[in-house]
Amino acid sequence: MTIAPERPSTPQARPEGGSLVEQFEFGLDAPICLTWELTYACNLECAHCLSSSGRRDPRELSTEQCKAVIDELQRMQIFYVNIGGGEPTIRPDFWELVEYAVDHQVGVKFSTNGFRITPERAAFLASTDYVDVQISLDGATAEVNDRVRGAGSYDTALKALANLRDAGFSDAKISVVCTRENIGQLDDFKAIADEYGATLRLTRLRPSGRGADVWDELHPLPEQQRELYDWLMAHGDNVLTGDSFFHLAAYGESLPGLNLCGAGRVVCLIDPIGDVYACPFAIHDQFLAGNLLGEGGFQEVWQSSPLFTELRSPQTGGACTKCQHFDACRGGCMAAKFFTGLPLDGPDPECVQGYGETALAGDRLVPQASKDHSRSQASRNAPVLLNLGATRRRPVSACNEDPLAGGDLS
Amino acid sequence: MPDRMLEEPWTLSPSVALRPEPFGALAYHFGNRKLTFLKRPELVEVVRLLEHHPRLGSALDAAGIPPEQHDAYAAALRALAETDMIRPRHQEAV
Repeated sequence: MTIAPERPSTPQARPEGGSLVEQFEFGLDAPICLTWELTYACNLECAHCLSSSGRRDPRELSTEQCKAVIDELQRMQIFYVNIGGGEPTIRPDFWELVEYAVDHQVGVKFSTNGFRITPERAAFLASTDYVDVQISLDGATAEVNDRVRGAGSYDTALKALANLRDAGFSDAKISVVCTRENIGQLDDFKAIADEYGATLRLTRLRPSGRGADVWDELHPLPEQQRELYDWLMAHGDNVLTGDSFFHLAAYGESLPGLNLCGAGRVVCLIDPIGDVYACPFAIHDQFLAGNLLGEGGFQEVWQSSPLFTELRSPQTGGACTKCQHFDACRGGCMAAKFFTGLPLDGPDPECVQGYGETALAGDRLVPQASKDHSRSQASRNAPVLLNLGATRRRPVSACNEDPLAGGDLS
Repeated sequence: MPDRMLEEPWTLSPSVALRPEPFGALAYHFGNRKLTFLKRPELVEVVRLLEHHPRLGSALDAAGIPPEQHDAYAAALRALAETDMIRPRHQEAV
């Protein structure tokens, strides 16, 4: 396996002492941030969905298998898990699994578009400890949000936030993927969060999943990155970022957080069929470490898979290590580079020193999506960008007998 | 003057779980959901010993921390107390 940027030829020993970041580069016995996508099924079809969700995978883990995973997380002392999808609340056993996790000392934060957060569910959530709710909102206005998330999704999200507030649920999270179209709305997002007693969470748009189709159109422009950085420097203490923007650290001062690519070192992703990937933004065969249904379970994949072992050492080579800002940005996001066809030991496509633009202008081969659960046909409420902007062919059903199925007719 | 904290009885908070890691341990507080890293195995040992000792100073002795480092450890433990990772054992106060 040669996914990782250049590493020392003889395995380096973990240093004694030193900073936490230096320790984290060598990995942990269990992840500190584990994302678990419970299903690929989704009622929405967001244009930038990083897991290309839409249809349920028939091999999805059963309720019993999910509970066995939770048992293992408890044994490994993984104290909380970020549950997502797809839309996780679509699973009929979703609430059962949430309760099971909480009863087994695995706290839950789940991401939802809000369509199942009824007043009754909000009251249940307000009555539990260890359950955190994160509502996705990608525009501070319906116009901006619905263009990427689909008609009606803004109203759904705000209704969910209102239900949570009215039920007495405190400190819900509003999760915003920062795009070219909403960077100018940061103050408005903050105002919405304040209105609903919620905390704002800003994350980076990755060219992962369907995000690859719209990234060119939606990723923040260089001056917007600066605007975002300045805004985060001013408001960072009260805004969560999931350590998303460490590539911006090369502007000067680091943002709060680890400022490190944690893929396979301190974070990973479990997908709906039990496949374990290096990070939530890297659902691709190249970053697949194994499946937790194997004999050694999740623990063996996490602790011994060849891919994760390879990722657990500091990068020593590549163009970026010669840059004076390397210590600040650590070369940026591996997934962002991979899905834009850039070398993993080179600059991040959104490198704030401008090296990314140069790299993007050169020869590159954008990898084919290897996993896609998008619906074969966009629905009535599909986001505008999905109908107009997307150029990638929809997946072809195995049952499609049309001889031209999947053919390029243009 | 030595840190007064060294004379007090302390304990790991009942809401905190320690997860061993190659460099020390990760401490998680189920109540306030704070995550803290104990970067030295010696500090982990001290935190585990707290509840078995009448005063912090003797827990440090038992963990083999030299006396000249006691004040530095007291400062580190005070930071842990700020997020309720450890707390005073009031019930033993005379």
